[in-house]
Amino acid sequence: MFLLEIDLIFLLEKAILIGGIITVSLLIAMYSTWAERKVAAFMQDRIGPNRAGPGGLLQPLADGVKLFMKEEIIPNASNKFLFVLGPALAMMTAMMTSAVIPWGGKIEVFGRSVDLQIADINIGILYIFGVVSMGVYGIMIGGWASNNKFSLLAALRGASQMISYELAMGLSIIALLMLTGSLSMKTIVEQQVVGLWNIVYQPLGFLIFMICAFAECNRTPFDLPEAENELNFGYHQEYSSMKLGFYLFAEYINMFISSAVMATLYFGGYDIPFVNDANLANSIGVNGVAALQGLSLFAKVVGFIFFFMWVRWTIPRFRYDQLMNLGWKGLIPLALLNMLVTGALVLLKQNGWQF
Amino acid sequence: MQALTNRSKAVDRKPMTIWDKMYIPAIAKGMGVTLTHFFKKKATIKYPEEKRPFSPVFRGLHILNRDEEGRERCTACGLCAVACPAEAITMEAAERQPGEEHLYREEKYAAKYEINMLRCIFCGLCEEACPKDAIYLSETFAPANFARQTFIYGKNDLLIPDPKTEPELYQKAVGERGRKA
Repeated sequence: MFLLEIDLIFLLEKAILIGGIITVSLLIAMYSTWAERKVAAFMQDRIGPNRAGPGGLLQPLADGVKLFMKEEIIPNASNKFLFVLGPALAMMTAMMTSAVIPWGGKIEVFGRSVDLQIADINIGILYIFGVVSMGVYGIMIGGWASNNKFSLLAALRGASQMISYELAMGLSIIALLMLTGSLSMKTIVEQQVVGLWNIVYQPLGFLIFMICAFAECNRTPFDLPEAENELNFGYHQEYSSMKLGFYLFAEYINMFISSAVMATLYFGGYDIPFVNDANLANSIGVNGVAALQGLSLFAKVVGFIFFFMWVRWTIPRFRYDQLMNLGWKGLIPLALLNMLVTGALVLLKQNGWQF
Repeated sequence: MQALTNRSKAVDRKPMTIWDKMYIPAIAKGMGVTLTHFFKKKATIKYPEEKRPFSPVFRGLHILNRDEEGRERCTACGLCAVACPAEAITMEAAERQPGEEHLYREEKYAAKYEINMLRCIFCGLCEEACPKDAIYLSETFAPANFARQTFIYGKNDLLIPDPKTEPELYQKAVGERGRKA
Protein backbone atom coordinates (compact mmCIF):
# COMPACT_ATOMS: atom_id res chain seq x y z
CA MET A 1 0.00 0.00 0.00
CA PHE A 2 2.87 2.34 0.83
CA LEU A 3 4.54 1.68 -2.51
CA LEU A 4 1.31 2.38 -4.36
CA GLU A 5 1.02 5.73 -2.64
CA ILE A 6 4.42 6.80 -3.87
CA ASP A 7 3.57 5.63 -7.37
CA LEU A 8 0.43 7.72 -7.34
CA ILE A 9 2.38 10.82 -6.40
CA PHE A 10 4.91 9.96 -9.09
CA LEU A 11 2.11 9.65 -11.65
CA LEU A 12 0.58 12.93 -10.47
CA GLU A 13 3.93 14.66 -10.74
CA LYS A 14 4.43 13.41 -14.30
CA ALA A 15 0.86 14.27 -15.24
CA ILE A 16 1.34 17.85 -14.03
CA LEU A 17 4.63 18.02 -15.91
CA ILE A 18 3.05 16.68 -19.11
CA GLY A 19 0.14 19.08 -18.80
CA GLY A 20 2.49 21.98 -18.19
CA ILE A 21 4.74 21.19 -21.12
CA ILE A 22 1.80 20.66 -23.47
CA THR A 23 0.34 23.99 -22.39
CA VAL A 24 3.65 25.72 -22.85
CA SER A 25 4.23 24.19 -26.28
CA LEU A 26 0.76 25.15 -27.41
CA LEU A 27 1.17 28.67 -26.09
CA ILE A 28 4.54 29.04 -27.75
CA ALA A 29 3.18 27.65 -31.01
CA MET A 30 0.29 30.12 -30.79
CA TYR A 31 2.53 33.06 -30.25
CA SER A 32 4.97 31.80 -32.87
CA THR A 33 2.28 32.50 -35.44
CA TRP A 34 2.05 36.03 -34.09
CA ALA A 35 5.83 36.38 -33.94
CA GLU A 36 6.17 35.01 -37.45
CA ARG A 37 3.91 37.71 -38.79
CA LYS A 38 5.63 40.39 -36.75
CA VAL A 39 9.11 39.28 -37.83
CA ALA A 40 8.00 39.06 -41.45
CA ALA A 41 6.52 42.52 -41.21
CA PHE A 42 9.57 44.06 -39.60
CA MET A 43 11.88 42.55 -42.17
CA GLN A 44 9.72 43.97 -44.92
CA ASP A 45 9.50 47.43 -43.33
CA ARG A 46 5.91 46.90 -42.26
CA ILE A 47 4.29 46.87 -38.82
CA GLY A 48 2.38 43.62 -38.82
CA PRO A 49 -0.66 42.70 -36.75
CA ASN A 50 -1.44 45.58 -34.40
CA ARG A 51 -5.23 45.72 -34.20
CA ALA A 52 -6.25 42.88 -31.87
CA GLY A 53 -5.05 43.88 -28.44
CA PRO A 54 -1.86 45.83 -27.67
CA GLY A 55 0.68 45.10 -30.40
CA GLY A 56 -1.70 42.58 -31.93
CA LEU A 57 -1.17 40.20 -29.03
CA LEU A 58 -4.70 38.82 -29.23
CA GLN A 59 -4.25 37.99 -32.90
CA PRO A 60 -3.58 34.25 -32.32
CA LEU A 61 -6.88 34.01 -30.43
CA ALA A 62 -8.69 35.68 -33.29
CA ASP A 63 -7.02 33.34 -35.77
CA GLY A 64 -7.95 30.37 -33.63
CA VAL A 65 -11.58 31.44 -33.39
CA LYS A 66 -11.62 31.96 -37.14
CA LEU A 67 -10.26 28.47 -37.80
CA PHE A 68 -12.77 26.87 -35.42
CA MET A 69 -15.69 28.77 -36.92
CA LYS A 70 -14.92 27.85 -40.51
CA GLU A 71 -16.92 25.23 -42.32
CA GLU A 72 -15.39 21.82 -42.02
CA ILE A 73 -15.33 19.93 -45.29
CA ILE A 74 -14.45 16.27 -45.61
CA PRO A 75 -14.32 15.35 -49.30
CA ASN A 76 -16.89 12.74 -50.30
CA ALA A 77 -14.43 10.42 -51.94
CA SER A 78 -11.93 10.57 -49.11
CA ASN A 79 -11.23 7.91 -46.56
CA LYS A 80 -12.86 9.62 -43.62
CA PHE A 81 -11.04 7.81 -40.85
CA LEU A 82 -7.61 8.44 -42.35
CA PHE A 83 -8.60 11.99 -43.26
CA VAL A 84 -9.19 12.77 -39.61
CA LEU A 85 -6.23 10.70 -38.48
CA GLY A 86 -3.72 12.65 -40.59
CA PRO A 87 -3.74 15.98 -38.76
CA ALA A 88 -4.21 14.22 -35.43
CA LEU A 89 -1.07 12.20 -36.06
CA ALA A 90 0.87 15.26 -37.14
CA MET A 91 -0.15 17.06 -33.96
CA MET A 92 0.48 14.05 -31.73
CA THR A 93 3.97 13.34 -33.00
CA ALA A 94 4.81 17.01 -32.70
CA MET A 95 3.76 16.99 -29.04
CA MET A 96 5.33 13.64 -28.15
CA THR A 97 8.88 14.71 -28.89
CA SER A 98 8.93 17.03 -25.92
CA ALA A 99 8.87 14.07 -23.50
CA VAL A 100 12.61 13.52 -23.34
CA ILE A 101 13.80 17.12 -23.31
CA PRO A 102 15.11 18.25 -19.92
CA TRP A 103 13.58 21.65 -19.22
CA GLY A 104 15.63 22.37 -16.14
CA GLY A 105 17.45 20.74 -13.27
CA LYS A 106 15.61 19.62 -10.16
CA ILE A 107 12.99 21.40 -8.16
CA GLU A 108 11.93 20.59 -4.62
CA VAL A 109 8.23 20.45 -3.89
CA PHE A 110 7.00 19.33 -0.42
CA GLY A 111 10.34 17.74 0.26
CA ARG A 112 10.32 15.74 -2.94
CA SER A 113 12.96 16.27 -5.57
CA VAL A 114 11.33 16.45 -8.98
CA ASP A 115 13.16 16.26 -12.29
CA LEU A 116 11.96 18.81 -14.83
CA GLN A 117 11.85 16.19 -17.52
CA ILE A 118 8.96 13.90 -18.38
CA ALA A 119 11.04 10.83 -19.07
CA ASP A 120 14.78 10.52 -18.64
CA ILE A 121 15.15 7.47 -20.86
CA ASN A 122 18.59 6.27 -21.80
CA ILE A 123 17.77 6.25 -25.52
CA GLY A 124 16.55 9.88 -25.53
CA ILE A 125 17.76 10.90 -28.97
CA LEU A 126 16.66 7.64 -30.57
CA TYR A 127 13.21 8.24 -29.14
CA ILE A 128 13.12 11.68 -30.75
CA PHE A 129 14.17 10.23 -34.08
CA GLY A 130 11.58 7.53 -33.80
CA VAL A 131 8.78 9.97 -33.06
CA VAL A 132 9.90 12.48 -35.67
CA SER A 133 9.87 9.79 -38.34
CA MET A 134 6.27 9.09 -37.32
CA GLY A 135 5.54 12.66 -38.39
CA VAL A 136 5.98 11.51 -41.98
CA TYR A 137 2.83 9.44 -41.52
CA GLY A 138 0.86 12.57 -40.67
CA ILE A 139 1.80 14.06 -44.02
CA MET A 140 1.54 10.82 -45.98
CA ILE A 141 -1.83 9.78 -44.56
CA GLY A 142 -3.20 13.29 -45.00
CA GLY A 143 -2.18 13.35 -48.65
CA TRP A 144 -3.42 9.82 -49.30
CA ALA A 145 -6.76 10.18 -47.55
CA SER A 146 -7.62 13.35 -49.47
CA ASN A 147 -8.08 11.21 -52.60
CA ASN A 148 -6.58 13.96 -54.67
CA LYS A 149 -3.64 13.13 -56.87
CA PHE A 150 -2.00 16.48 -56.28
CA SER A 151 -2.23 16.08 -52.53
CA LEU A 152 -0.78 12.60 -52.87
CA LEU A 153 2.09 13.81 -55.02
CA ALA A 154 2.83 16.59 -52.58
CA ALA A 155 2.66 14.16 -49.69
CA LEU A 156 5.10 11.88 -51.48
CA ARG A 157 7.47 14.74 -52.00
CA GLY A 158 7.16 15.72 -48.38
CA ALA A 159 7.74 12.21 -47.14
CA SER A 160 10.79 11.65 -49.34
CA GLN A 161 12.18 15.02 -48.27
CA MET A 162 11.80 14.22 -44.59
CA ILE A 163 13.28 10.77 -44.93
CA SER A 164 16.23 12.06 -46.97
CA TYR A 165 17.09 14.71 -44.44
CA GLU A 166 16.61 12.39 -41.51
CA LEU A 167 19.59 10.39 -42.79
CA ALA A 168 21.95 13.33 -42.69
CA MET A 169 20.51 14.38 -39.35
CA GLY A 170 21.14 10.96 -37.86
CA LEU A 171 24.68 10.90 -39.20
CA SER A 172 25.43 14.34 -37.77
CA ILE A 173 24.13 13.17 -34.41
CA ILE A 174 26.37 10.10 -34.42
CA ALA A 175 29.44 12.33 -34.33
CA LEU A 176 27.99 14.09 -31.32
CA LEU A 177 27.25 10.79 -29.61
CA MET A 178 30.86 9.71 -30.08
CA LEU A 179 31.87 12.69 -27.96
CA THR A 180 29.22 12.41 -25.29
CA GLY A 181 29.06 8.63 -25.13
CA SER A 182 25.42 8.75 -24.11
CA LEU A 183 22.03 8.88 -25.79
CA SER A 184 20.28 10.33 -22.76
CA MET A 185 19.41 13.99 -23.17
CA LYS A 186 19.88 14.59 -19.46
CA THR A 187 23.41 13.19 -19.49
CA ILE A 188 24.30 15.23 -22.56
CA VAL A 189 23.13 18.41 -20.87
CA GLU A 190 24.89 17.60 -17.62
CA GLN A 191 28.16 17.09 -19.49
CA GLN A 192 27.75 20.51 -21.09
CA VAL A 193 26.96 22.13 -17.76
CA VAL A 194 30.32 20.91 -16.45
CA GLY A 195 32.36 21.36 -19.62
CA LEU A 196 32.04 23.36 -22.81
CA TRP A 197 28.99 23.43 -25.00
CA ASN A 198 28.94 20.86 -27.78
CA ILE A 199 28.80 23.55 -30.46
CA VAL A 200 32.49 24.17 -29.72
CA TYR A 201 33.37 20.57 -30.57
CA GLN A 202 30.84 20.04 -33.34
CA PRO A 203 30.28 23.23 -35.37
CA LEU A 204 29.90 21.37 -38.67
CA GLY A 205 27.69 18.75 -37.07
CA PHE A 206 25.50 21.49 -35.68
CA LEU A 207 25.23 23.17 -39.06
CA ILE A 208 24.15 19.92 -40.70
CA PHE A 209 21.76 19.18 -37.86
CA MET A 210 20.22 22.62 -38.12
CA ILE A 211 19.76 22.46 -41.88
CA CYS A 212 18.12 19.04 -41.47
CA ALA A 213 15.92 20.39 -38.68
CA PHE A 214 14.72 23.08 -41.08
CA ALA A 215 13.87 20.40 -43.60
CA GLU A 216 12.18 18.22 -41.00
CA CYS A 217 9.97 21.07 -39.84
CA ASN A 218 9.04 21.86 -43.45
CA ARG A 219 10.23 25.39 -42.96
CA THR A 220 11.43 27.64 -45.76
CA PRO A 221 13.75 27.15 -47.64
CA PHE A 222 12.61 23.52 -47.43
CA ASP A 223 8.84 23.99 -47.29
CA LEU A 224 8.22 22.08 -50.49
CA PRO A 225 5.47 19.81 -49.15
CA GLU A 226 3.25 22.83 -48.84
CA ALA A 227 4.54 25.10 -51.59
CA GLU A 228 1.33 27.10 -51.55
CA ASN A 229 1.07 28.98 -54.78
CA GLU A 230 3.02 26.97 -57.28
CA LEU A 231 1.89 23.47 -56.32
CA ASN A 232 -1.69 23.58 -55.10
CA PHE A 233 -1.01 23.97 -51.40
CA GLY A 234 0.48 20.50 -51.12
CA TYR A 235 -0.66 17.65 -48.94
CA HIS A 236 -3.24 19.65 -47.00
CA GLN A 237 -5.03 20.99 -50.03
CA GLU A 238 -8.35 19.32 -49.18
CA TYR A 239 -8.21 20.29 -45.53
CA SER A 240 -10.26 23.07 -44.05
CA SER A 241 -11.05 24.59 -40.70
CA MET A 242 -9.19 23.32 -37.64
CA LYS A 243 -7.88 20.20 -39.36
CA LEU A 244 -5.85 22.48 -41.58
CA GLY A 245 -5.09 24.47 -38.46
CA PHE A 246 -3.67 21.35 -36.82
CA TYR A 247 -1.28 20.78 -39.70
CA LEU A 248 -0.10 24.36 -39.58
CA PHE A 249 0.02 24.30 -35.81
CA ALA A 250 2.04 21.08 -35.82
CA GLU A 251 4.64 22.89 -37.89
CA TYR A 252 5.02 25.53 -35.23
CA ILE A 253 5.19 22.99 -32.43
CA ASN A 254 7.81 21.08 -34.42
CA MET A 255 9.73 24.29 -34.74
CA PHE A 256 9.57 24.84 -31.01
CA ILE A 257 10.60 21.28 -30.20
CA SER A 258 13.44 21.19 -32.70
CA SER A 259 14.68 24.50 -31.31
CA ALA A 260 14.62 22.92 -27.87
CA VAL A 261 16.47 19.85 -29.19
CA MET A 262 19.12 21.97 -30.87
CA ALA A 263 19.56 24.03 -27.74
CA THR A 264 19.79 20.87 -25.65
CA LEU A 265 22.21 18.97 -27.85
CA TYR A 266 24.53 21.77 -28.92
CA PHE A 267 23.93 24.85 -26.79
CA GLY A 268 24.06 23.46 -23.30
CA GLY A 269 20.33 22.94 -22.81
CA TYR A 270 19.24 24.54 -19.58
CA ASP A 271 22.81 25.50 -18.72
CA ILE A 272 23.16 29.12 -17.67
CA PRO A 273 26.34 30.33 -19.39
CA PHE A 274 29.31 31.46 -17.24
CA VAL A 275 27.53 30.57 -14.01
CA ASN A 276 28.30 27.72 -11.67
CA ASP A 277 24.94 26.19 -10.87
CA ALA A 278 26.13 24.59 -7.64
CA ASN A 279 27.24 27.95 -6.24
CA LEU A 280 24.06 29.60 -7.41
CA ALA A 281 21.97 26.95 -5.66
CA ASN A 282 23.54 27.94 -2.33
CA SER A 283 22.44 31.54 -2.69
CA ILE A 284 18.99 31.37 -4.28
CA GLY A 285 17.94 27.82 -3.59
CA VAL A 286 17.28 24.83 -5.84
CA ASN A 287 13.95 26.06 -7.08
CA GLY A 288 15.36 29.45 -8.02
CA VAL A 289 18.12 27.80 -10.00
CA ALA A 290 15.60 25.58 -11.78
CA ALA A 291 13.56 28.64 -12.72
CA LEU A 292 16.64 30.39 -14.07
CA GLN A 293 17.65 27.25 -15.95
CA GLY A 294 14.20 27.04 -17.49
CA LEU A 295 14.46 30.68 -18.52
CA SER A 296 17.90 30.06 -19.96
CA LEU A 297 16.62 27.21 -22.12
CA PHE A 298 13.59 29.28 -23.03
CA ALA A 299 15.79 32.18 -24.16
CA LYS A 300 17.83 29.83 -26.34
CA VAL A 301 14.67 28.36 -27.80
CA VAL A 302 13.24 31.79 -28.56
CA GLY A 303 16.53 32.69 -30.19
CA PHE A 304 16.32 29.63 -32.41
CA ILE A 305 12.69 30.28 -33.28
CA PHE A 306 13.64 33.79 -34.29
CA PHE A 307 16.44 32.31 -36.38
CA PHE A 308 13.96 29.99 -38.09
CA MET A 309 11.82 32.99 -39.00
CA TRP A 310 14.78 35.09 -39.98
CA VAL A 311 15.87 32.42 -42.45
CA ARG A 312 12.35 32.04 -43.73
CA TRP A 313 12.10 35.69 -44.70
CA THR A 314 15.54 35.77 -46.24
CA ILE A 315 16.06 32.69 -48.37
CA PRO A 316 13.79 31.69 -51.23
CA ARG A 317 12.42 28.17 -51.53
CA PHE A 318 14.56 25.44 -53.07
CA ARG A 319 13.68 23.65 -56.25
CA TYR A 320 12.95 19.99 -55.57
CA ASP A 321 15.98 18.60 -57.40
CA GLN A 322 18.20 21.14 -55.64
CA LEU A 323 16.72 20.03 -52.35
CA MET A 324 17.47 16.37 -53.03
CA ASN A 325 20.89 17.28 -54.34
CA LEU A 326 21.76 19.15 -51.18
CA GLY A 327 20.45 16.38 -48.97
CA TRP A 328 22.03 13.37 -50.61
CA LYS A 329 25.13 14.77 -52.31
CA GLY A 330 25.87 17.59 -49.92
CA LEU A 331 24.84 16.93 -46.38
CA ILE A 332 25.19 13.14 -46.14
CA PRO A 333 28.83 13.04 -47.35
CA LEU A 334 29.62 16.03 -45.14
CA ALA A 335 28.04 14.34 -42.16
CA LEU A 336 29.99 11.16 -42.91
CA LEU A 337 33.21 13.16 -43.14
CA ASN A 338 32.40 14.90 -39.88
CA MET A 339 31.78 11.51 -38.31
CA LEU A 340 35.07 10.16 -39.63
CA VAL A 341 37.12 13.09 -38.34
CA THR A 342 35.39 13.05 -34.96
CA GLY A 343 35.90 9.32 -34.71
CA ALA A 344 39.59 9.66 -35.50
CA LEU A 345 40.03 12.41 -32.92
CA VAL A 346 38.17 10.47 -30.25
CA LEU A 347 40.32 7.42 -30.97
CA LEU A 348 43.52 9.47 -30.78
CA LYS A 349 42.45 11.01 -27.51
CA GLN A 350 41.63 7.65 -26.03
CA ASN A 351 45.13 6.46 -26.97
CA GLY A 352 46.68 9.21 -24.96
CA TRP A 353 47.41 11.87 -27.55
CA GLN A 354 47.50 15.33 -26.14
CA PHE A 355 45.95 18.18 -28.11
CA MET B 1 26.34 48.56 -78.37
CA GLN B 2 25.95 51.87 -76.68
CA ALA B 3 24.39 51.71 -73.26
CA LEU B 4 21.18 53.65 -72.81
CA THR B 5 21.82 54.38 -69.15
CA ASN B 6 24.91 54.40 -66.99
CA ARG B 7 23.38 51.71 -64.79
CA SER B 8 24.07 48.71 -67.02
CA LYS B 9 26.52 46.13 -65.74
CA ALA B 10 28.27 43.31 -67.55
CA VAL B 11 26.93 39.93 -66.47
CA ASP B 12 29.44 37.95 -64.45
CA ARG B 13 29.73 34.56 -66.11
CA LYS B 14 32.68 33.23 -64.15
CA PRO B 15 32.14 29.68 -62.86
CA MET B 16 31.42 29.58 -59.15
CA THR B 17 34.34 28.97 -56.85
CA ILE B 18 34.15 26.51 -53.97
CA TRP B 19 33.54 29.44 -51.64
CA ASP B 20 30.55 30.48 -53.75
CA LYS B 21 29.26 26.94 -53.98
CA MET B 22 29.09 26.63 -50.23
CA TYR B 23 26.39 29.32 -50.31
CA ILE B 24 26.87 29.89 -46.60
CA PRO B 25 28.65 33.26 -46.99
CA ALA B 26 26.01 34.42 -49.47
CA ILE B 27 23.26 33.28 -47.12
CA ALA B 28 24.90 35.08 -44.21
CA LYS B 29 25.09 38.24 -46.30
CA GLY B 30 21.43 37.94 -47.19
CA MET B 31 20.50 37.42 -43.57
CA GLY B 32 22.42 40.57 -42.75
CA VAL B 33 20.38 42.48 -45.29
CA THR B 34 17.07 41.29 -43.86
CA LEU B 35 18.23 42.05 -40.33
CA THR B 36 19.07 45.65 -41.18
CA HIS B 37 15.52 45.99 -42.48
CA PHE B 38 14.33 44.88 -39.06
CA PHE B 39 15.44 48.23 -37.68
CA LYS B 40 14.51 50.44 -40.58
CA LYS B 41 11.76 53.00 -40.57
CA LYS B 42 8.41 51.45 -41.43
CA ALA B 43 6.59 52.61 -44.52
CA THR B 44 3.18 51.81 -43.08
CA ILE B 45 0.57 54.52 -42.65
CA LYS B 46 -1.91 53.48 -39.94
CA TYR B 47 -4.91 54.24 -42.06
CA PRO B 48 -7.94 55.17 -40.00
CA GLU B 49 -5.88 57.20 -37.54
CA GLU B 50 -3.37 58.57 -40.00
CA LYS B 51 -4.31 59.65 -43.48
CA ARG B 52 -2.01 59.99 -46.38
CA PRO B 53 -2.17 63.45 -47.98
CA PHE B 54 -3.56 63.43 -51.50
CA SER B 55 -1.47 64.56 -54.40
CA PRO B 56 -2.43 67.97 -55.78
CA VAL B 57 -3.91 66.36 -58.89
CA PHE B 58 -6.06 63.84 -57.01
CA ARG B 59 -9.61 63.58 -58.35
CA GLY B 60 -12.19 62.34 -55.91
CA LEU B 61 -15.96 62.72 -55.63
CA HIS B 62 -17.71 65.57 -57.41
CA ILE B 63 -19.08 68.61 -55.71
CA LEU B 64 -21.62 71.11 -57.02
CA ASN B 65 -20.25 74.42 -55.96
CA ARG B 66 -21.92 77.50 -54.51
CA ASP B 67 -20.68 81.07 -54.62
CA GLU B 68 -19.72 83.19 -51.63
CA GLU B 69 -23.34 84.04 -50.87
CA GLY B 70 -24.41 80.44 -50.91
CA ARG B 71 -26.08 80.48 -54.31
CA GLU B 72 -25.79 77.53 -56.65
CA ARG B 73 -23.43 78.27 -59.47
CA CYS B 74 -24.75 75.69 -61.90
CA THR B 75 -26.83 77.04 -64.79
CA ALA B 76 -27.63 73.64 -66.26
CA CYS B 77 -25.86 74.50 -69.50
CA GLY B 78 -25.07 70.82 -70.02
CA LEU B 79 -21.43 71.31 -71.04
CA CYS B 80 -20.26 68.90 -68.37
CA ALA B 81 -22.67 66.25 -69.64
CA VAL B 82 -21.39 66.78 -73.18
CA ALA B 83 -17.78 66.63 -72.05
CA CYS B 84 -18.28 63.49 -70.02
CA PRO B 85 -16.77 60.55 -71.94
CA ALA B 86 -18.62 58.02 -69.81
CA GLU B 87 -21.98 59.75 -70.16
CA ALA B 88 -22.44 59.69 -66.44
CA ILE B 89 -24.01 63.12 -66.01
CA THR B 90 -27.65 63.93 -66.64
CA MET B 91 -29.56 67.04 -65.67
CA GLU B 92 -32.84 68.86 -66.06
CA ALA B 93 -32.95 72.66 -66.26
CA ALA B 94 -35.52 74.93 -64.68
CA GLU B 95 -36.13 78.68 -64.70
CA ARG B 96 -35.48 80.74 -61.61
CA GLN B 97 -38.69 82.23 -60.23
CA PRO B 98 -38.85 85.69 -58.65
CA GLY B 99 -37.93 85.41 -54.97
CA GLU B 100 -35.41 82.60 -55.59
CA GLU B 101 -32.50 84.96 -56.29
CA HIS B 102 -30.82 83.96 -53.04
CA LEU B 103 -30.85 80.31 -54.16
CA TYR B 104 -29.54 80.41 -57.71
CA ARG B 105 -26.96 82.69 -59.22
CA GLU B 106 -28.28 82.80 -62.82
CA GLU B 107 -31.74 82.76 -64.39
CA LYS B 108 -31.49 79.08 -65.18
CA TYR B 109 -30.57 76.36 -62.73
CA ALA B 110 -30.40 72.57 -62.53
CA ALA B 111 -33.63 71.23 -61.09
CA LYS B 112 -32.20 67.74 -61.28
CA TYR B 113 -28.52 66.96 -61.50
CA GLU B 114 -27.35 63.34 -61.38
CA ILE B 115 -24.00 61.66 -61.72
CA ASN B 116 -23.93 57.91 -62.07
CA MET B 117 -20.89 56.97 -60.02
CA LEU B 118 -20.87 53.49 -61.51
CA ARG B 119 -20.10 55.03 -64.89
CA CYS B 120 -17.92 57.92 -63.78
CA ILE B 121 -14.23 57.45 -64.48
CA PHE B 122 -13.09 60.48 -62.48
CA CYS B 123 -11.37 61.96 -65.53
CA GLY B 124 -12.14 65.53 -64.49
CA LEU B 125 -13.33 66.65 -67.93
CA CYS B 126 -16.60 67.94 -66.42
CA GLU B 127 -14.57 70.17 -64.18
CA GLU B 128 -12.62 71.51 -67.16
CA ALA B 129 -15.75 71.95 -69.27
CA CYS B 130 -17.69 73.96 -66.69
CA PRO B 131 -17.68 77.69 -67.52
CA LYS B 132 -19.17 78.63 -64.16
CA ASP B 133 -16.81 76.79 -61.80
CA ALA B 134 -19.88 74.95 -60.64
CA ILE B 135 -18.54 71.42 -60.59
CA TYR B 136 -15.19 70.27 -59.34
CA LEU B 137 -13.68 67.08 -58.04
CA SER B 138 -13.02 67.10 -54.33
CA GLU B 139 -10.59 65.07 -52.22
CA THR B 140 -13.10 62.51 -50.99
CA PHE B 141 -13.18 58.90 -52.05
CA ALA B 142 -16.25 57.37 -53.62
CA PRO B 143 -17.73 55.37 -50.75
CA ALA B 144 -18.76 51.74 -51.05
CA ASN B 145 -22.40 50.74 -50.92
CA PHE B 146 -24.67 47.72 -51.16
CA ALA B 147 -27.26 48.80 -53.76
CA ARG B 148 -26.57 49.93 -57.28
CA GLN B 149 -29.30 52.57 -57.08
CA THR B 150 -27.42 54.40 -54.32
CA PHE B 151 -24.54 55.10 -56.67
CA ILE B 152 -26.62 57.54 -58.68
CA TYR B 153 -25.79 60.76 -56.87
CA GLY B 154 -28.46 63.44 -56.92
CA LYS B 155 -28.19 67.07 -56.07
CA ASN B 156 -28.53 66.54 -52.35
CA ASP B 157 -25.47 64.23 -52.48
CA LEU B 158 -23.44 66.56 -54.63
CA LEU B 159 -24.19 70.08 -53.42
CA ILE B 160 -21.57 71.62 -51.24
CA PRO B 161 -22.76 72.83 -47.79
CA ASP B 162 -23.84 76.48 -47.67
CA PRO B 163 -20.86 78.69 -46.70
CA LYS B 164 -23.14 81.04 -44.82
CA THR B 165 -25.16 78.64 -42.71
CA GLU B 166 -22.59 75.83 -42.40
CA PRO B 167 -19.16 77.45 -42.82
CA GLU B 168 -17.21 74.61 -41.19
CA LEU B 169 -18.74 71.89 -43.34
CA TYR B 170 -18.22 74.12 -46.36
CA GLN B 171 -14.51 74.52 -45.64
CA LYS B 172 -14.17 70.78 -45.14
CA ALA B 173 -15.90 70.05 -48.44
CA VAL B 174 -13.88 72.65 -50.33
CA GLY B 175 -10.60 71.12 -49.22
CA GLU B 176 -7.15 72.23 -50.35
CA ARG B 177 -7.96 72.17 -54.05
CA GLY B 178 -11.05 74.32 -53.86
CA ARG B 179 -9.33 76.91 -51.72
CA LYS B 180 -6.76 77.54 -54.40
CA ALA B 181 -9.30 78.06 -57.15
